[in-house]
Amino acid sequence: MNEESQSLWGFMSQQADKLGIQTLQHIGLTFISLFIAVLIGLPLGIYITRKKNISGVVLGIAGILQTIPSIALLGFMIPLLGIGAKPAIVALLLYALLPIIRNTYTGITGVDGTVKEAAVAMGMSKWQVLFKVELPLAMPVILAGIRTATVINVGVATLASYIAAGGLGEFIFGGISLNNTNMILAGAIPAALLAIIFDFLLSLVQKLNFKKIKGAVKIAPVALLILSCLYFIPSAYGGKLTAGFTPEFMGRQDGNLGLQSKYGLKIHTIVISDAVMYKAAQEKELDVISGYSTDGRLKAYDLIVLDDDKKIFPPYYAAPVVREDALRKFPELEKTLNLLSGFITDSIMTELNYKTDYLHQPPERVAKDFLVAKKLYRADQGGKEGVVRIGSKIFGEQYILASMYTMLIKGYTNYDVATKTGLGGTKIVFDALTNDQIDFYPEYTGTGLLAILQAPPKTVTQLQVSKDSTYNYVAREFEKRYQLKWLKPIGFNNAYALMMREKQAKELHIKTISNLKRYLDSK
Amino acid sequence: MIKVEQLLKAFGTTKAVDGISFEVAEGETLALLGTSGCGKTTTLKMLNRLIEPDSGSIAINGKNILEENPETLRRGIGYVLQNNGLFPHYTVAENIAIVPQLLKWDKAKTDKRINELLEKLHLSKDHLNAYPSELSGGQQQRIGLARALVADPPVLLMDEPFGALDNVTRSKIHSEFKVLDELKRKTIILVTHDVQEACELANRIALMDKGKIVQIGTPAELLFHPANDFVSDFLQEQRLQLEFKAIKITDLWEHLPEGSRKTNTSSLSAELDFWAVLEQFQFIKGENLNILNQQNKEVKTITFEQLMVAYSQYKNLQPHE
Repeated sequence: MNEESQSLWGFMSQQADKLGIQTLQHIGLTFISLFIAVLIGLPLGIYITRKKNISGVVLGIAGILQTIPSIALLGFMIPLLGIGAKPAIVALLLYALLPIIRNTYTGITGVDGTVKEAAVAMGMSKWQVLFKVELPLAMPVILAGIRTATVINVGVATLASYIAAGGLGEFIFGGISLNNTNMILAGAIPAALLAIIFDFLLSLVQKLNFKKIKGAVKIAPVALLILSCLYFIPSAYGGKLTAGFTPEFMGRQDGNLGLQSKYGLKIHTIVISDAVMYKAAQEKELDVISGYSTDGRLKAYDLIVLDDDKKIFPPYYAAPVVREDALRKFPELEKTLNLLSGFITDSIMTELNYKTDYLHQPPERVAKDFLVAKKLYRADQGGKEGVVRIGSKIFGEQYILASMYTMLIKGYTNYDVATKTGLGGTKIVFDALTNDQIDFYPEYTGTGLLAILQAPPKTVTQLQVSKDSTYNYVAREFEKRYQLKWLKPIGFNNAYALMMREKQAKELHIKTISNLKRYLDSK
Repeated sequence: MIKVEQLLKAFGTTKAVDGISFEVAEGETLALLGTSGCGKTTTLKMLNRLIEPDSGSIAINGKNILEENPETLRRGIGYVLQNNGLFPHYTVAENIAIVPQLLKWDKAKTDKRINELLEKLHLSKDHLNAYPSELSGGQQQRIGLARALVADPPVLLMDEPFGALDNVTRSKIHSEFKVLDELKRKTIILVTHDVQEACELANRIALMDKGKIVQIGTPAELLFHPANDFVSDFLQEQRLQLEFKAIKITDLWEHLPEGSRKTNTSSLSAELDFWAVLEQFQFIKGENLNILNQQNKEVKTITFEQLMVAYSQYKNLQPHE
């Protein structure tokens, strides 16, 4: 694979099928929600011109809906409507409502009072005034609102892929996760083009003179319906179980690609964001999800990890990575850090993560409680023989580990500790280590192998058979290249994993990924 | 024809129309005259129920309009607005055809009527497919009039119909208005703040102030027999011109010298107002005009000086305020 040299055009033509489907889904999502928003917003906008005292309330509510962050709105929808098209359409239509209601209201109240009075004085009924005078004269303003709503919808619809509703967001967010620029552009460019094209077409409709609008008004609902139907063309799928995978997992060899090639797993799959995936699994919207084996949500949502019996997920065992000169400077450090080794299994780490992520206990307290329970805790010795600098990445598990190491060093040695927690990502924390800004931090073998050493695929395949071979390879290479030492593994493995609801897995007797495949293949 | 009794309308605590009563005879033109806020427009709009009165009664042809369906009522009453109120998204033809469409006339009948009106209002047929914004203010106002007249309603309500026009266009439309046969048969109520317009177009004037009618009568009655200071003050500024226009030669007839020269030159009608006759003089030495009094078929030949003497004699006989 030499992905770097592949052109954007090459990627797009290679993925033309997917791109076509995503584009149709995208247009469909945009217009179904727009259509419903017009059906609701137009009459509501007209209604509040008649009941001026409630117009402020209605416009206020629509305005507030508009300010809710898109991801949050999509998240709120899941408990109510599940995942997939329904919540996405509802969320999009809520965003489209404000411009449509507001412009209908503004357009109609903006019609010259003399003209309205003339219409009434000629003997027109309320409905005749509305349809013959107010709506035609307000139409350019109303169309401007619909135009705004369309462009907003094309944009927000990219987020629909977070809750498995498809659309061009699948490429965009997959590309971001996989750091694949071509994939991002393959989603982003068509999305931008759609916005520009629809905006342009609607601007033409807006400029038509009054006469022609009369016809256009009749054509518009039909056109909207046809565009809406595009969404349903690609969605002729089904299956016993539904899997929800993150965009990143979808594109990785040690992810969905491996599941297909090594296990031959064929499952109805939808792309979904990490943020809502666990919840969707709990809500029974999804049956199988991709996650991290020590994620606190496993416990929070009663999920279990399926055993990776063919070892496609490389091990991500955590261990402290220390500068060799720091080990010389602090002779007692290695012994102290190794105290933790073997104490924390996957389920214990999951439990600890659950306490910080879901019970919102501070990492220091979780760390102390754990050390006390394991009788590892010792009181602070008030260290005066130098300062050990500890780094950590910016998520809960790393904070807990950093806290534990701080307490161990202070309790067992005469060193003091400075912590530099919350370093943005692997690259930042690793650069801090090699540039002598910190002395050690907890790292994972898989990350060391793939992200730092960037081992060739062939090596990865060979190594991921056992946890020890990966550890040995990483330890050897780090020492050679960076003069860094991997201490003993802490014990847990925070790797990719397939998860199912515990209850369902038990009922179906699925414990391993091979079990899952067998179940899916059976009639 | 129209009978209004004890009509009352309040907006909040202000009584816009405070218990007024008046009658308008068939074919008569009544001007509701007054400054802004005097209640004249509110009164007018209650006649076609654009505004619903708080109390009082309005009868047209003996029928209480407050019991009628307002839409049916309005289709039978012509309405002309100050800013014409033409539909900007309708062509001229469509604008004029609004009421016929509501009344479900067939197309041939509508077209025939539109053509007839265009001719009478001196509008070109080329304008039929134009939109109102493409026409001049005077043309727009004529279309507004055509729209109000198209279904030949017996009653016409006009809300400052010429208020938005410049002076030249206005006086031109005024003179057209006076000779338009369509209007001669109609009972017209005209709202205006322009004293001259009221005197020129209306048979009678109802001068309003603070929601009440201060005086109702012919222009001459208001000029020469004002009910109070408010009335005379209101007319004061243009009094001389108004008087010239309010006085007809028949009013002066007895003060003009007897005798006529038997000539073949045409004679002016004594029904003309004093102003119109003055305008006929070209101020040539020894010039005189023949005036024919239709009532007794008498012709008098008069000079400018004789006319002015007759005027001052007539004025001296009027009571002074």
